[in-house]
Amino acid sequence: MKTTDTPPALREEARVPGQRSTGDGSAGTSRAKRGEGHVLNVFSHGVLVIWAILVILPLFWAVMSAFKSDKAIFNSPWALPDSLSFDAWGRAWNQAHMSEYFLNTVLVVGGSLIGTLVLGSMAAYVLARFDFPGNRFIYYLFVGGMSFPVMLALVPLFYVMDNMGLLNTIHGLILVYIAYSLPFTVFFLTSFFRTLPTSVAEAALIDGASHTRTFFQVMLPMARPGLISVGIFNFLGQWNQYMLPTVLNTDPDKRVLAQGLVELSTSQGYKGDYSGLFAGLVIAMLPVLAAYIVFQRQVVAGLTAGALK
Amino acid sequence: MQHGKYRFIVGFLIAPMALYVIFVVWPFIQSIYYSFTDWTGLSPDFEMVGFDNYTKMFKDDVFWKSLEHSVLLAILLPLVTLGLALFFAFMLNVGGRRRKGAVISGVRGSGFYKIAYFFPQVLSIAIVAILFQFAFDPAQGMINGSLKAFGFDHLPNWLGDPKLALWCIMAVLVWCTTGFFVVLFSAGMASIPKDFYEAALLDGASRFTTFFRITLPLLWDTVQSGWVYMGILALGAEGFAVVNIMSVGPGGPDYSTTVLPLYVYQAAFRDGQAGYATTIGVALLLVTLAFAAVVMKLGRRERLEY
Repeated sequence: MKTTDTPPALREEARVPGQRSTGDGSAGTSRAKRGEGHVLNVFSHGVLVIWAILVILPLFWAVMSAFKSDKAIFNSPWALPDSLSFDAWGRAWNQAHMSEYFLNTVLVVGGSLIGTLVLGSMAAYVLARFDFPGNRFIYYLFVGGMSFPVMLALVPLFYVMDNMGLLNTIHGLILVYIAYSLPFTVFFLTSFFRTLPTSVAEAALIDGASHTRTFFQVMLPMARPGLISVGIFNFLGQWNQYMLPTVLNTDPDKRVLAQGLVELSTSQGYKGDYSGLFAGLVIAMLPVLAAYIVFQRQVVAGLTAGALK
Repeated sequence: MQHGKYRFIVGFLIAPMALYVIFVVWPFIQSIYYSFTDWTGLSPDFEMVGFDNYTKMFKDDVFWKSLEHSVLLAILLPLVTLGLALFFAFMLNVGGRRRKGAVISGVRGSGFYKIAYFFPQVLSIAIVAILFQFAFDPAQGMINGSLKAFGFDHLPNWLGDPKLALWCIMAVLVWCTTGFFVVLFSAGMASIPKDFYEAALLDGASRFTTFFRITLPLLWDTVQSGWVYMGILALGAEGFAVVNIMSVGPGGPDYSTTVLPLYVYQAAFRDGQAGYATTIGVALLLVTLAFAAVVMKLGRRERLEY
């Protein structure tokens, strides 16, 4: 564990006890103290920059390689491409069927995301706002699903889907994505609906609105921040899903992006079209990276809100 | 107000409950039942065989290897990832030069670091695995290409070497999860009141001490839930995806990278042993539950409030 290595700067500081500041910090700064801060600052930046490079470099390598010839990828992995060649992009998009995989993914994720948000918020609203026998049981049944290994259920699920004729269909995949997204969605939105004031909903009911109408016209609009957070969380999870489609969706025409790319990487390994493969990778990365850069704050908030609970 | 309440409740719960029970709960219950049968998955006929699958599992070398690797991942991965993340988050928030007035401060540009570190988190685990599969390629990959440029001669055959393969896979998981926890811990650290640090530093505590005496105890709840989260991730879908995509052959050279979820998948969909696969799945469930219980038990501390 990295934290136990005491960096030199910290040890140095430990040896200077009792350096009591007079309160306004900078005014009482001694030469030693400034030096110490400087060393630590350089050390922090050094370590942080190294990790930043480690994170960015592989992605940068993939983008550069997508513009190069296969020969250049191997001979000079870090040289900039000679010219911007979009050949590989066209090959990936058309011949390697990335366009079809892209469309499949958009359909599956679009359907699942809407379904997850609608069904998840309905269940969460009822569980958060109404007292009825079995409320706690249903809540824990949903929430329990967050911690069990999905792989265990996938084996029988494969045969359940087979019997229902849902195997290798887009709508079947959508239903499964929704079902497996519900535990976290219900968990998150239940606690969210509890934080909303009851008075507004009561006022709507007294004015004669039905429960259903109150939910759709009053409560859902109020729950928008929560829906956005959980929506981003589910969008990334469903867009990046790999295990569910690998098991339940083996028809080559119905592949989603992640599957298509794995297929491409095994077949391109033999065909040798590496630049095509890298172009495919970059095509699959672009939507989420673009979404991340534009909605950076919301993405971080959406993802971390989930883990903090 | 109570008029039609139950009709409303049933109406709103029925669709989500139906989906959840049909696709999640019911297969889950079935799988425990199937673990006591000799079902192949290929034909509809099967018989109850009692604990045969379980005795078979205890004699199965591949099962023990998978178990060993899964447990190793569940222990080491959170340790390394959370350790690195705490270290970076502390650097970001407390490692900076003292600026006027402030006793502690973050480094300049901490916003940029957080954005960059978080990047891999939004990428599909499958894409990450493919990317690194090529980066690790012994003859043409980015890693050996760079090592060669620095003058190294004996270049390792990363994923093809039984001794290295699992470590490479672990490194990839660390690569893509650390940034998430840096951001998470940074948020936690930012909400710790500044006067705690001020008081400690005025009393002559080093930053090293303040980390272990102030920061870590106050973040403990977040660290603990991160630990459980990482463990479940390593034992589940992410572990499966990375090993399935990156491994050379089925489960790496000489089964050096195989993990429990991969073995469940192979037994069910490659070997036609659906019954036996669910037995391994039950073992995976027990390992996951045991892991969560141990972390909760070991991690229990007095809750600190501020």
